[in-house]
Amino acid sequence: MREITGYARKNGKYGVRNHVLVLATVACVNGVINRISREAPEAVCVPHSFGCGRGSLRDTQILFRILASMVHHPNVGAVVLIGLGCERSNTKSLLPFIEKAEKPIEIFNVQDCGSLQTAKKGAEAARRLLAGISGQTRIPLPWEKLLVAMECGGSDAMSGVTANVALGAVSDWLVGKGASVIFGENTEMIGTSHVLARRARNEEVGKKIVEMIDQAEQRTKDIMGNLASWVISPGNMDGGMSTIAEKSMGCIHKGGATTINQVVDYGEWPTEKGLILQDGPGYDGDSMAGLAASGSQLMFFSTGRGTPAGFPAVPVIKVASNTRVYQTMIDDMDINAGSLIEGKSLEELREEMIDQMIRVINGEKTKAEANEMDVFTIMTVNPPF
Amino acid sequence: MEYNALVIHIRDNVVVALRNLALGEEVRAKGVEGFPVLQEIPASHKIALRDIPSGEEIIKYGETVAVTSRNIKKGEWVHTHNLESKRWKK
Repeated sequence: MREITGYARKNGKYGVRNHVLVLATVACVNGVINRISREAPEAVCVPHSFGCGRGSLRDTQILFRILASMVHHPNVGAVVLIGLGCERSNTKSLLPFIEKAEKPIEIFNVQDCGSLQTAKKGAEAARRLLAGISGQTRIPLPWEKLLVAMECGGSDAMSGVTANVALGAVSDWLVGKGASVIFGENTEMIGTSHVLARRARNEEVGKKIVEMIDQAEQRTKDIMGNLASWVISPGNMDGGMSTIAEKSMGCIHKGGATTINQVVDYGEWPTEKGLILQDGPGYDGDSMAGLAASGSQLMFFSTGRGTPAGFPAVPVIKVASNTRVYQTMIDDMDINAGSLIEGKSLEELREEMIDQMIRVINGEKTKAEANEMDVFTIMTVNPPF
Repeated sequence: MEYNALVIHIRDNVVVALRNLALGEEVRAKGVEGFPVLQEIPASHKIALRDIPSGEEIIKYGETVAVTSRNIKKGEWVHTHNLESKRWKK
């Protein structure tokens, strides 16, 4: 029985969760968000560090795109937007980007009535919206409507051998089912242009892939200077990585080996199906935000050193690359890819991960979800002011 | 049978040790006939699946990840001492 279910949205998308999102437009109102979180704990409350002082047009574009995408996200059934009033991403400026979300949105601004009244109104709205969407029921979710993100972070020498190989096997399986897979982290693609470009659907996509990775490599050199070659570190070499290409191959393997149909910008929604690349950063939190903003309803996240990080409103399935970290962080890890070392076959592990994924899609909480380990941080290109 | 190594891709000419292997220990990986390692191999490091002449590509994940800088024997440790990066030369 491998049917998956979700919540049909008016725009044709499907969510695998039906959350009320309480979103700050700016860091100044984080205290209000935290108060709402205490009064309406079932809501997904997202405080963050952004909203003003973005260093460039590009940074402002990213800010608006990510905040708007959180509102549009298919796992979100209704939204409480908490603004301040004078911030760059104030609720009036955001409105044109979210008014077509076709879901209930309630908006409150602290400069209209103060923090305590805003928190009170926000909590009431959250509870009202929770009750309002609680009647929505799951219906069969077509695999073609599923976008799964693949992420790796806190990697170790086994990440590229066990966990990312397992993620790749799941990626290939998903694409075979008609679903889509997205992964980013362009700094971890350095040295693999030829491999990824060869898998491109056409010349144009291939060119975009090469450009994206060349830029990531150039940025790395600009920032690190003579130290750029240390992108492959002594620790990596001790772990058996001989070259930067080998290290990156371990990373990109998480997307599997199917044709790359599109390259999207950070947080941009794909218009194609199948395997999608995102021009996004390597840092886990920033990367997850971009992948979620692209509409992924679910993430796999491989880790070798061990990170508990999840993402608001999006289930994150943690895959440990080795048994030691799986056992040490048993409260945080969902899957043990270290089992490959103990004799489990890749096929067996893949089936286990698919079964787990299907249970999660159908409502079972991941460890990061149950523990409320949400992390919300977005890419910043230029220094803020 | 308990495996101690993993062939990641069918095209690969190296196999990855899943734990530390002692000198002479047999490589046991799915789809591979057992053969002894010619030296100690640390966990997650590469072992040659066949004799690989100098100048030939090392294939891991089904892709070229390095070029050999000397002749490598089946069962030998494959790492920076007998490889070159095609990209950022040592």
